[in-house]
Amino acid sequence: MSFSLNFPLFAIVLSLICSVVSALLPRKAARVLSLVLFGMIAASSAVILLYTGKTGRIFFYQMGHFPHPWGNELKIGALEALFSLAFSLVLLSCITGGSRQLRIDLVPKTSNLYYSMVDLLQAALLVLVYTNDLFTGYVFIEICTIASCGILLIRQVGRTTLASVRYMIFSLVGSGLFLFGVILLYQVTGHLLMPNLRECIALLWKNGQYRVPLLAAMILISVGLSIKSGLFPFHFWMPDTYGYATPASSGILSGLVSKGYIFLLLKLVFDVFGTEVFYQSGLQNVFYVLGFLGMIIGSISAMRENDIFRMIAFSSAAQIGYIYLGIGVSQTFGVAAALFHVLTHAVTKPLLFLSAAQLSEAVGGKKQFKELQGTAHFNKFAGFAFTVGSLSMIGIPPTMGFISKYLFAVSAFHANLKMIPTLIVLAVSTVLNTIYFARTLIRIYNNPDGTSPSRIPNSAQKPFVLSAVFLIVMNLIAGIASQPLVNLLRESLNLF
Amino acid sequence: MLQTLWNNRIECVAVLLFAVGFFTLILHPNLLKKIIGLNIMDTAAYLFLTSIGYIRGRLAPIIVNGNTNPESYVNPLPAGLVLTGIVVSVSVTALMLALTYRLYKAYHTLNVDEIYMLSREKLEREEGKKEESE
Repeated sequence: MSFSLNFPLFAIVLSLICSVVSALLPRKAARVLSLVLFGMIAASSAVILLYTGKTGRIFFYQMGHFPHPWGNELKIGALEALFSLAFSLVLLSCITGGSRQLRIDLVPKTSNLYYSMVDLLQAALLVLVYTNDLFTGYVFIEICTIASCGILLIRQVGRTTLASVRYMIFSLVGSGLFLFGVILLYQVTGHLLMPNLRECIALLWKNGQYRVPLLAAMILISVGLSIKSGLFPFHFWMPDTYGYATPASSGILSGLVSKGYIFLLLKLVFDVFGTEVFYQSGLQNVFYVLGFLGMIIGSISAMRENDIFRMIAFSSAAQIGYIYLGIGVSQTFGVAAALFHVLTHAVTKPLLFLSAAQLSEAVGGKKQFKELQGTAHFNKFAGFAFTVGSLSMIGIPPTMGFISKYLFAVSAFHANLKMIPTLIVLAVSTVLNTIYFARTLIRIYNNPDGTSPSRIPNSAQKPFVLSAVFLIVMNLIAGIASQPLVNLLRESLNLF
Repeated sequence: MLQTLWNNRIECVAVLLFAVGFFTLILHPNLLKKIIGLNIMDTAAYLFLTSIGYIRGRLAPIIVNGNTNPESYVNPLPAGLVLTGIVVSVSVTALMLALTYRLYKAYHTLNVDEIYMLSREKLEREEGKKEESE
């Protein structure tokens, strides 16, 4: 069983190799290769999860021949294994479920490059989850940016190029700040491995030395990562980016890429700054306020939107707000709720994007609400999938969305001053979510004049049905049997 | 105060350059100048890293004349990080240049605001056409 500790490194190297190989293969072979790759990574992550869950320990995997303070390491624990499992499963279902639109959107000659980019993205996400070294984190943040720009750009219609330029500019600003923060930390401490950094920072903070550079580094790194994940004042690239990409890419970008950055940020808070230092610095209050505003303003923008994809994109901004609110509320219950919500959102958002694409295709590729009247009758299953996704976003039991709202409420009761505002903002944002999702549901189910549908053959629907059923089942299982998952998150937060 | 600034003059210049690059990247409307800003920003970060990695009087970390005393060499790691960083910024710059080329071919301008307006007009024209045909 301890052999399974080699799996993360194998998975990362294999994804990088597959990415290069896919660039040379024909489309179909590249597609099969990525599907097999993601399946294998999911299976190996499950094995690691079982092993680390059973032993209840965290392992440090040394890479190369340089030991502890100099070399590069991976950190393998139950939390990391859980997130790599979830990320690879969601990636798998995005590629499967969006395959019909991918065939339409991609230029045949270069469509194998899409799978090359997706494999690269998988490698970057795995590294962001597993790495124990700050500079490796920076390099793979940039790789993640390039790969996500690639999968966004691959659809050559409308404003995708402009959208990707805006996305790149925001991302580059974010990673530039992150890089400078990392360099400042390296200057002060002389370390790049996370455990050594934490020891050094704790000592320096206790003695009151180098307060200004430490604080500056913390601010630079947090701001950099929150720009990249799309926290409230920096969320303006989201609707363009998610609205114009092919549905599989929208699902991947909103469900996984931004979550990879958030996971890295949480890792830095716990493993590098240390919770004590971070929660003394006051930065968590900034996250709290921005998350708070993001929840409200994201939802209001979503309500004012007439395009179904842009509405889902603004709803993403609101959900990112929830996650940062959780980080800001408290370091135990709040962060556990935030991590659970990362999983909820990763499972739900791709489902919404994929089913919205099917719904819009049922009325001939239209995206405006007024043109989507009654479309759920033409494609019954997509309507059902969209309904389940909406219910999960609103937070109706037995979906995962309910559990994460419940966890946010519990965390509010453990925070003294922030209790009342947290509960109020949860209630208000739930009402807002309900308004815009209920309005969409009424639109797609209400068919006043019974226009004739353009039928999609059932066989073409199969991959979508498969992946939507899979996402719905994951959502419901995690929603009904949530206790083991929540326990795992809380336990690993103590170990973190 | 002035003495501290003078002692850290390279770091101060690096921070200034970083700020120049950062604001050019965010605020300048011209896409090419944005890319130049990006490069200034990244280079400033590498200047900072190089300057903290160099210690006066020590040699590059290549063993000369059998001298294995670690005190006579500098730490090779910062230089390694700079190399990695340069590779990253070259690839990002290449991608941005490719995107800029594509935008210029479509809109015949490098000004982001103009491109944004043109694309909005184009979108409205297409929607108008759709409604007319219906």
